Amino acid sequence: MDIKVLRIAEFLEREKQMKVRELAEKSGFQVHADEIAFDKEIEGVFCGDLLSWVMGNCHESNAWITVQTHLNVVAVAALKEISCLIIVQDASIPQETLDKAKEEHIAVFETSMSAYEACVFCHEIGC
Amino acid sequence: MFEQRYAILREDYANAGKASSAIKSALKQLGIAPDILRRIAVACYEAEINLIIHSYGGEILMNIDEENSKVILSFNDTGPGIPDMEKALTPGFSTASATAREFGFGAGMGLPNIKRVSDEFDVVSSSEGTHLKIGFYV
Repeated sequence: MDIKVLRIAEFLEREKQMKVRELAEKSGFQVHADEIAFDKEIEGVFCGDLLSWVMGNCHESNAWITVQTHLNVVAVAALKEISCLIIVQDASIPQETLDKAKEEHIAVFETSMSAYEACVFCHEIGC
Repeated sequence: MFEQRYAILREDYANAGKASSAIKSALKQLGIAPDILRRIAVACYEAEINLIIHSYGGEILMNIDEENSKVILSFNDTGPGIPDMEKALTPGFSTASATAREFGFGAGMGLPNIKRVSDEFDVVSSSEGTHLKIGFYV
């Protein structure tokens, strides 16, 4: 394979959508998800804690990085068709939020990283 | 005309978004295009949250005007009303309580978001109540 073909192959690999399952494998974050949730595709990342801001600005299939863990986060994620939630800085997640996320088939990741570190990490692994 | 009604209670944060989800599901089943559906979901959720955070409670009414190919959502409450409409429509201005802010609400983007994503927007408010009516061409 010549160098040009290799580059195209690399480009295509990078452009390939990452699935929630791959994020789970690559990140090692603790995750709560079922098969439907794992199978969703991630297209970009959005970081924010103000729900209306997220509602108005994030895009469908984004992974959403936040410290908010209240039940309403799941309502926003479901309505905006967000691919998964990444809860940062070990923010404690109420069981009702996890139950609702399960019902809506939305994966919830937990990490001790800060929002900034999680953004950088997601960028590095190609989210 | 297809019509559905949903009661919204004051400060019922636990059920916030339920009515919007139900409306989105109903419209999805009727075959509304995904991009329009997403705009409706954003506006409906914001307005539902406004009823929960700011009003004494009220209801959401969804109508489908088949003749004019339009989805109409009406949000009616019993007060206390919006004292300064111009401010309420200014992005970033919020009167949300500390509790609401703790839950991530109160960005001051509710009404501006609703206005931005809807095709028709009309709001009337007095101390007797606020009536918001928004339309989407489908």
